[in-house]
Amino acid sequence: MSVIEAGTPVPEFALTTEDGEKFTREDLLGHTSVLVFYPFAFSSVCNDQLTLYEEVLPEFADKGATLYAISTDARPSQAAFKEKLGSTIEQLSDFEPKGATAQAFGALHPGGFAQRALVIVGPDGVVAWSYQAPSPGELPGANLIFDGLDSL
Amino acid sequence: MHPPAPWRMRQGEPELLNRQEHVSDLRSAPPPPLEAADHVRGEPDWPLLVIYADFTCPRCALAHERLREASIRLAFRHFAIAAKHPRAVPLAAAAEAAGAQGRFWELHDALFEDPGHTDDPYLWEHAKALGLDLDRFERDRRSAPVRERVREQTRGGMRAGVAVTPTLIEGRTIVAGPPDAELIARLTATIRVPTFRKRTESAAETQADRKAEHEQ
Repeated sequence: MSVIEAGTPVPEFALTTEDGEKFTREDLLGHTSVLVFYPFAFSSVCNDQLTLYEEVLPEFADKGATLYAISTDARPSQAAFKEKLGSTIEQLSDFEPKGATAQAFGALHPGGFAQRALVIVGPDGVVAWSYQAPSPGELPGANLIFDGLDSL
Repeated sequence: MHPPAPWRMRQGEPELLNRQEHVSDLRSAPPPPLEAADHVRGEPDWPLLVIYADFTCPRCALAHERLREASIRLAFRHFAIAAKHPRAVPLAAAAEAAGAQGRFWELHDALFEDPGHTDDPYLWEHAKALGLDLDRFERDRRSAPVRERVREQTRGGMRAGVAVTPTLIEGRTIVAGPPDAELIARLTATIRVPTFRKRTESAAETQADRKAEHEQ
């Protein structure tokens, strides 16, 4: 499985927001989104990744990009993770059915959790850029996302 | 309701950013070349290693321990992420302020060797022990130019692909994590033996010259 490629329309999917609401393909339309798939809440690399991106959220906002952090963790785990990090990046849970959205985006690890992958979706709902880390232990730098946003 | 972007949370409250404060190009770019303002220590002919690090990072403290006695010319750059640790930027700024009074490396070493004591009272103790002008230290570490320098180095690292600390840059190779024995051995093995031979030859030449003078 490889992460969804640029030029591909975003597939149908359903994630759960922090408030328990559904988040679907339609919620991505009309603005640029960066989907940050990450393996596990509270893992060290995931900690580092979300704090790194948090640091440059103003720069992302200046590009008109909104980040969403997606994992197969349940909502309470993600909520605790977000609070621990002091993060403002919205968490979307891919817990039920587990990994279905990650799989739809080609970002599901054989172990049943999300790969460490990034997908930039344009306002038209088409994938503009994507990247999957060579391994879940490798952290994609923020520079890669800005390179991807440059391609829009 | 949050204010319109760009904004960030500070101490639990949304803060609207001054546009000049955050607009920056973060696309990929090579690591910035060394400049006069960089902090570098080690012999000029030792192999150069650039380290992006953070004084709150335990792995960086480990890197410091492993590199301290190595024959490596080390250039230190800040990678201070406020979102990761509330003391990351203040400690980086403190080190820069010490550097403004010629004591960057001394405070650098003190911070890594005593990581449990980095609150302001301990910074003041370090500053006093180093003989710093405390008033100037306080002004400098809170100043906009110092904070901007830390920010610039951090963002320069981000553009080069630095994502974690420590990250080491040797030539064009970027390695995340503390240096292992293999890396240090490989780097220090590149020290040129002719440097030693030249000194020996100079001594021999000096002896030959003195003998020639004596025989004249």
